[in-house]
Amino acid sequence: MTVATETDATKPGSSAATTAGNRPYALSHLDALEAEAVHIFREVAGEFERPVILFSGGKDSIVMLHLALKAFRPAPVPFGLLHVDTGHNFPEVIEFRDRTVEKHGLRLHVASVQEFIDNGRLRERPDGTRNPLQTVPLLEAIERGRFDAVFGGGRRDEEKARAKERVFSLRDEFGAWDPRRQRPELWQLYNGRHLPGEHVRVFPISNWTELDVWQYIAREGIELPQIYYAHEREVFARNGMWLTAGEWGGPKDGETVEKRRVRYRTVGDMSCTGAVDSEAADVQAVIAEVAASRLTERGATRADDKLSEAAMEDRKREGYF
Amino acid sequence: MSELTDTAVQSAAARLVAEETSLLRFATAGSVDDGKSTLVGRLLHDSKSVLADQLEAVESASRRRGQQAPDLALLTDGLRAEREQGITIDVAYRYFATAKRRFILADTPGHVQYTRNMVTGASTAELAVVLVDARNGVVEQTRRHLAVAALLRVPHVVLAVNKMDLAGYAEPVFAAIAQEFTATARRLGVPEVTAVPISALAGDNVVEPSAEMDWYGGPTLLEHLESVQVAADPAGDPVRFPVQYVIRPQSAEHADYRGYAGQLASGVLRVGDEVTVLPSGQTSTVAGIDTMDGGEAELAWAPQSVTVRLADDLDVSRGDLIAGAPAPEPVKDIEATVCHLHERPLRIGDKVLLRHTTRTVRAVVKDIPYRLDVETLERAERPDELGLNDLGHVVLRTAEPLALDPYAVNRRTGSFILVDQADGSTLTAGMAGEAF
Repeated sequence: MTVATETDATKPGSSAATTAGNRPYALSHLDALEAEAVHIFREVAGEFERPVILFSGGKDSIVMLHLALKAFRPAPVPFGLLHVDTGHNFPEVIEFRDRTVEKHGLRLHVASVQEFIDNGRLRERPDGTRNPLQTVPLLEAIERGRFDAVFGGGRRDEEKARAKERVFSLRDEFGAWDPRRQRPELWQLYNGRHLPGEHVRVFPISNWTELDVWQYIAREGIELPQIYYAHEREVFARNGMWLTAGEWGGPKDGETVEKRRVRYRTVGDMSCTGAVDSEAADVQAVIAEVAASRLTERGATRADDKLSEAAMEDRKREGYF
Repeated sequence: MSELTDTAVQSAAARLVAEETSLLRFATAGSVDDGKSTLVGRLLHDSKSVLADQLEAVESASRRRGQQAPDLALLTDGLRAEREQGITIDVAYRYFATAKRRFILADTPGHVQYTRNMVTGASTAELAVVLVDARNGVVEQTRRHLAVAALLRVPHVVLAVNKMDLAGYAEPVFAAIAQEFTATARRLGVPEVTAVPISALAGDNVVEPSAEMDWYGGPTLLEHLESVQVAADPAGDPVRFPVQYVIRPQSAEHADYRGYAGQLASGVLRVGDEVTVLPSGQTSTVAGIDTMDGGEAELAWAPQSVTVRLADDLDVSRGDLIAGAPAPEPVKDIEATVCHLHERPLRIGDKVLLRHTTRTVRAVVKDIPYRLDVETLERAERPDELGLNDLGHVVLRTAEPLALDPYAVNRRTGSFILVDQADGSTLTAGMAGEAF
């Protein structure tokens, strides 16, 4: 039951007058998401002194860099990249990272977990995973670089704690996120004010889903590291995931390596990022696979999020991205 | 490791990715007892947007809490404190899709810090779903939801009369609520209301049509969300282009390039258009519109992000507004309806920062003529201050002129926030002009 409550429902601008016919100025969902993300990049360029883009070589950070390139064209991207290097990286991803930096003439800052372990400031965890160890080197790199805005590729659809995060997320002098003291964020008015020592995490693709990211990669012809597409790989099973053997400590006794056709849905630390069985060898096949998947991206491939119901929230409170 | 897929899911997926779809941003409003969490859970679940691992997590968490059936509200309560207390603290954003549309749902909590959260959720919404319990009818909360939706100028309002299963699926119950709701909406100036009788728990008319209410001939809630036309035609609106950033490559290849980057707030901008740069009032002509792909366009429209070049060498910087006719008159005295968002009250004489589009200026609160009771819409004259969640009217004086449109005609150039000068907190949401 639809009721036009205005006395004259046919006057211009009322819904009754505009429901019919083609809409010449419609925007597709990808165009709308892109326009919004570019607006966010430009807001940061206009409001902050020293922004930096967190870049892991994963698909979300690659899409972010692509959006930044579009936002400032024909000028170069006015930000550098910051990679938090766990020391347990996929070689294909590091190679891709370095090639990308070279190609666009960007400045790369690296925060190394291995360095922190080597000089005794971090201790290796018994389970070998280094994802939770990234927070300390990240915060030190932010402090050392005096970065006041740090772009992250976090999406609200990834995880329920992330669904609560603002596009501009204020972090205190310890890098911590307090979900109960977030600034309300209204219209497109992003408030980046912060005190010395504080910084703001900025998430331009907050409103994108995994499928949006893949459709955008297809539309824009964005290149990704090959591990995102189906390939033969030697893997072994642990905690219900296929992991790649490596110096980080796998396989252990009783875990056997076998050759499978797999691909990765996310890129992270090798010790806790799993591959999925897949025949999707190109971007269209990946889109079909993602759309049909009955598992979330993180549920399928991230061991660290399974540690507890609030694993992500707890890490973010400490300063994680 | 391997994923279960079936042919039904795969064919749905094939449809889903066939082409680019449109995007709808909407907000839900309703107190907990109205079944809002169940409705959100039902929309996500029945549109197959809840995946197996999420459902499994909800099922095991529900079992740990001793609940018999999976509690769909656990899908949406993302924070430790929310799960511990069983309440929703803050606005969360949810994403789901059908073959026709992508949806961004601002899931606004019902009872804690109430008005502020709904104002936040409604500020970007093109549609608001207001839930009413069929057994209780239109209550105080309903009028509050409706008033906030009207105040924020949400273009479409949907009344979802929930728990029809507990009202015998009776048409007169629905008709009476719809009539009262629509009358209230009309008084508030809401342009259009669509009413749908549903049961979120049983699934009637949410995604699937109800077998119990054959007297209802309208769309299910999801069908309505999929088909309602929300994007207004920008052709009739004057051009508003807030300058975000000046692009000057200063490279050999682009030695003289000077482009104004921004997102069109309203209207259709064409090469050759005469424009006014505000607040300076200088005029020029659009020499070129550069797209993000590195090409040039003949025209651009809201809400596209583009880069504009002007024919004349003017002094234009971030915070300026490039406007088509009729251009707003820049003013230093602003009257606005506001929602106060912070524990620290807003008082006459407060010095604040005012953020409008891309411009930030100093401002002082000159007067607070009245506070608005959001349920009765009655005015309390001359309150001492506006506290958290209060709505009211304020008079501001700014240090520099601002090119504002009335919020009633432009949600983007008519809105602003007040920011604390000392610590940067967002204090107040403002809408230029009268509320109703």
